[in-house]
Amino acid sequence: MDELLLRSLTPGVLGVLVRRGADFAAAEDAVQDALVEALRAWPDDPPRDPKGWLVTVAWRRFLDATRADAARRRREDVLEQEPPPGPTAEVDDALQLYFLCAHPSLTPSSAVALTLRAVGGLTTRQIAQAYLVPESTMAQRISRAKRTVSTVRFDSPGDVGTVLRVLYLVFNEGYSGDVDLAAEAIRLTRQLAATIDHPEVAGLLALMLLHHARRAARTATDGSLVPLAEQDRGRWDTKLITEGVGVLQAALARDRLGEYQAQAAIAALHADAPTAAQTDWVQVVEWYDELVRLTDSPVVRLNRAVAVGEADGPRAGLAALAELDDGLPRYSAVAAYLHERDGDLATAARLYAVAAAQASNLAERDHLTRQAARLHAARDA
Amino acid sequence: MAKYLLLKHYRGAPAAVNDVRMDQWTPQEITDHIQYMNDFADRLRQTGEFVDEQALSDQGMWVRYDGEGRPPVTDGPFAETKDLIAGWMVIDVDTQQRAIELAGELSAAPGAGGKPIHEWLEVRPFYGVAPTITE
Repeated sequence: MDELLLRSLTPGVLGVLVRRGADFAAAEDAVQDALVEALRAWPDDPPRDPKGWLVTVAWRRFLDATRADAARRRREDVLEQEPPPGPTAEVDDALQLYFLCAHPSLTPSSAVALTLRAVGGLTTRQIAQAYLVPESTMAQRISRAKRTVSTVRFDSPGDVGTVLRVLYLVFNEGYSGDVDLAAEAIRLTRQLAATIDHPEVAGLLALMLLHHARRAARTATDGSLVPLAEQDRGRWDTKLITEGVGVLQAALARDRLGEYQAQAAIAALHADAPTAAQTDWVQVVEWYDELVRLTDSPVVRLNRAVAVGEADGPRAGLAALAELDDGLPRYSAVAAYLHERDGDLATAARLYAVAAAQASNLAERDHLTRQAARLHAARDA
Repeated sequence: MAKYLLLKHYRGAPAAVNDVRMDQWTPQEITDHIQYMNDFADRLRQTGEFVDEQALSDQGMWVRYDGEGRPPVTDGPFAETKDLIAGWMVIDVDTQQRAIELAGELSAAPGAGGKPIHEWLEVRPFYGVAPTITE
């Protein structure tokens, strides 16, 4: 059975139930039940009309649940009658689901969980495994998220920006456990791009594709991180790069620049360079200038300092760095790198060790520790 | 989204405000304390922030490798001066501020006289996932 096909039907089925008058939280539970049932039943007995099957089963589950709730008996009488088919504005339904699941009243972790379940069709167990928390904890997180958005009208307009931030978070979580979150984020962003014509949605899709293209080259066989400059570019996925660049160019042609398009443009410049040394750093810096203008983010300024170091030499990079707060995450790692390129190996070694102690993940810590060790060994040799 | 370890010590943490050993409390105070801890964990289960909790016995020992073909060396029980971990709770929260807020609540568990212990808890972030997009 094709689990991706099954999950791609989720938003449409949920939309049908909501349009028939089911409230979002109950409808979402019913659809989840139907998905679990489909995973069980379809391998032996595949339906001719998968979506119709899901709608029928989910609707029955919804009615059963409603019936069990005595307080809702009056409402049930209304729903018991054969429901009107409802308009088939599936595109709008899917978009509304994205908006609802990324509603600004939700915390980031709640929005992520709800999006993966209600739009992505993942089971609670899969989401729990991906984020390494107990299934009961994830179930609570999702049910609270649904309560939080229960008063939001399903058809109220939403902000694409909040949806993109949620999808970006999912993508950046990468791959852990059974669920490939990066691939799932790409699938959901692709689906969104097919639903709404928006250059930043395309920009985020391009950004994801261009970074995903490097995945095989990002880690060595022992699991350690391989930095961009040292990656075997022959292992980059050229199909994904071609697609990403195409999506990006179409978006840029619209002349409505945003942060995701600018980030994707930087990724595209890296993708375009046959070797690290041939990277067009001057253009990379120009895109960082755009990004600074768009976001005014200190993290962007930090990355810009790296690019300046490549374009205009390490001294210029260090000068750009000097204007920033040294408490920024990865500040020491950037400083260490620039000092090494400037030939000050003792300072670089010390800063790599500081950066290792401040790293927020194990792969980065180990990488930075190795950098410090490499410089120490070079000094002692 | 980040995981934090809230570490509780038998010994080794700075002195609590209400620093009376548990065996000096009344039975009711002990019951109330345990109830508070259980309620706290239940609340985190409800909010979708609970990951794990475990209590550790204070009976333990040091163990180390002693070379090829030899059994490991053991040393113990622990000396009275050793920093000793009593147990932990793992939470999954949106911000560090939330982790601090929850540790503060846990530290308010009632002790002697039914008053908050104000014990020091060690709060340690887990390493997270290496982000895909870094440049």
